[in-house]
Amino acid sequence: MDSILQNLTVSFDGFKAVNNVNTGIKQGEIRFFIGPNGAGKTTLLDAICGRVKPQSGQVVFSGNVDVTKYSEHEIVNLGIGRKFQVPSVFTNMTVYENMELAVVKDRSIFSAMFHKLKKEQVERIEDILVTIGLYEKRFNTPLALSHGEKQWLEIGMLLAQEPKLMLLDEPVAGMGRSETDKTGELLTKIAQNCTIIVVEHDMEFVRDYASKVTVLHEGAILDEGSVYDVQNNQKVIDVYLGRSGEADA
Amino acid sequence: MPNLKAMKAKEKLVFSIIVLVLVLAPLFLTDFRVNLLGKFIAYAILAMGLDLIWGFTGILSLGHGVFFGLGAYSMAMYLKLEAAHGRLPDFMSWSGLEALPWFWKPFTNSAFALLMAILVPTVLAFFVGFLTFKNRIRGVYFSILSQALSIIFVVLFVGQQAYTGGTNGLTNYKTILGFSLSNSSTKLTLYYISIGLLILTYALCNFLVKRRIGRILVAIRDGENRVRFSGYNPTTYKIFVYCLSAALAGLAGAIYVPQVGIISPAEMGIVPSIEMIIWVAIGGRGTLIGAVIGAIFVNGLKSGISESFPDVWSYFIGFTFIVVVLFMPNGVVGLVKKIVGNLVSRRLKSLS
Repeated sequence: MDSILQNLTVSFDGFKAVNNVNTGIKQGEIRFFIGPNGAGKTTLLDAICGRVKPQSGQVVFSGNVDVTKYSEHEIVNLGIGRKFQVPSVFTNMTVYENMELAVVKDRSIFSAMFHKLKKEQVERIEDILVTIGLYEKRFNTPLALSHGEKQWLEIGMLLAQEPKLMLLDEPVAGMGRSETDKTGELLTKIAQNCTIIVVEHDMEFVRDYASKVTVLHEGAILDEGSVYDVQNNQKVIDVYLGRSGEADA
Repeated sequence: MPNLKAMKAKEKLVFSIIVLVLVLAPLFLTDFRVNLLGKFIAYAILAMGLDLIWGFTGILSLGHGVFFGLGAYSMAMYLKLEAAHGRLPDFMSWSGLEALPWFWKPFTNSAFALLMAILVPTVLAFFVGFLTFKNRIRGVYFSILSQALSIIFVVLFVGQQAYTGGTNGLTNYKTILGFSLSNSSTKLTLYYISIGLLILTYALCNFLVKRRIGRILVAIRDGENRVRFSGYNPTTYKIFVYCLSAALAGLAGAIYVPQVGIISPAEMGIVPSIEMIIWVAIGGRGTLIGAVIGAIFVNGLKSGISESFPDVWSYFIGFTFIVVVLFMPNGVVGLVKKIVGNLVSRRLKSLS
């Protein structure tokens, strides 16, 4: 059930935003992609979830499915969930109704007209709402939520889809330390049933929660390994960590 | 949540009051006025469909006149053939046609005509919707395309005089199902049928809006990307809602024609299409009741004003539209809700 990126190349008008990336992500892993701005991290996520079509290469998922052949909503139905950098939840309905849209498995028009939620789906929504700490606010609209809570709601919506692979783009950007830690614990919990790929800049967050880190630079993999190994790689320090490392010191 | 439910319940109450007033109107108004009201009811049916696609789903169609027109023409073809009593309709002989064109023939059957009034707009919407939404043409680009559709059909209908009656359109009907259209009892029956269809349309739209599909449509309006990445295919939903609103526009056209007595390409052009948008905007988009109120209220004003000051109407409606867009983004219904909301909260404050 591993996910494998094979020779993945994404190019925009000849510019290779992602250049021949090869890596395998084990089931249950929390994999972080880090790297300077423009390294191709977000584009890589876009390629996995079908938002951009790679020029060449494959994203192999669930053993033998090449997801690059499918469109976005089909990829979701294969079990890959995507969260964007800016929290995008629906503000004209309640938190509960947001979850409701995500939890449904039959997403046809007919079902949307005639089928009510099953009992286990309602329970699932409630479980997730408790996990992300929004149960008390389930009848509010997301307008009343803080930035962090909106991010959690979106992660909760992803969870409700029961994905096998979750792609998160800077989930803790704009969060305070305690919120960041809460998000980290949430990810650890989620990883029990689901593989997670995170794009992140917050090195402390990476240090605390990554199983493995891939460093991207100019679209290609610069280094890959444990947080410790990566942090002590001179090339990585030169192109990326050097600056934030100094700031940390 | 309970607040939202209360709001919906109030909406239903307001709708019931409107229906009651419409039902009782023939007791107080002249035949002429009732006939006008019947026309407005047809518009209200169209407006609800338009509200589903624009107010709820956020797709601004500026070509709904076409669907209305196609529905109206289908019905008019039947009425025209019935008036011709088996002979060639008058305008065809004037244009030099010898025999009835093949596609006119089945329209001697009233049920077929009614079916086509709904089916033809739906099929057209399906093709247009499929090609545009599938290719992710959205926002203003879709609006421009839908407007082009309107121009195309006006040109087509004006140009094919022998088959469509050209600029004059189709008029001079005599009977419907054998009943004389000039008879006041026939008129009254048509009026009450319109009310019945208004209720059915409201019930159908209300059903959709309340179900999960209604929230999916709103979600497409507010964040299509998130909908897509929640595993839904927005294209299917958009095509569906476009077809449904086209079907309702066709139905509206079909009940408009026997009551108004004429349909011409002028009714399917850009100007009437935009006027339809204005009804929904003024009434309040995103609420079904807003669409109904908007259609009846704006058209009531229109006939009132243009009877006394024929030249003023265009300026007035333009001005009203600007005022609504600038100061009442949710239309009359939104304004009323806001005022009531303020009053309630003030009352609550003074109580505490």
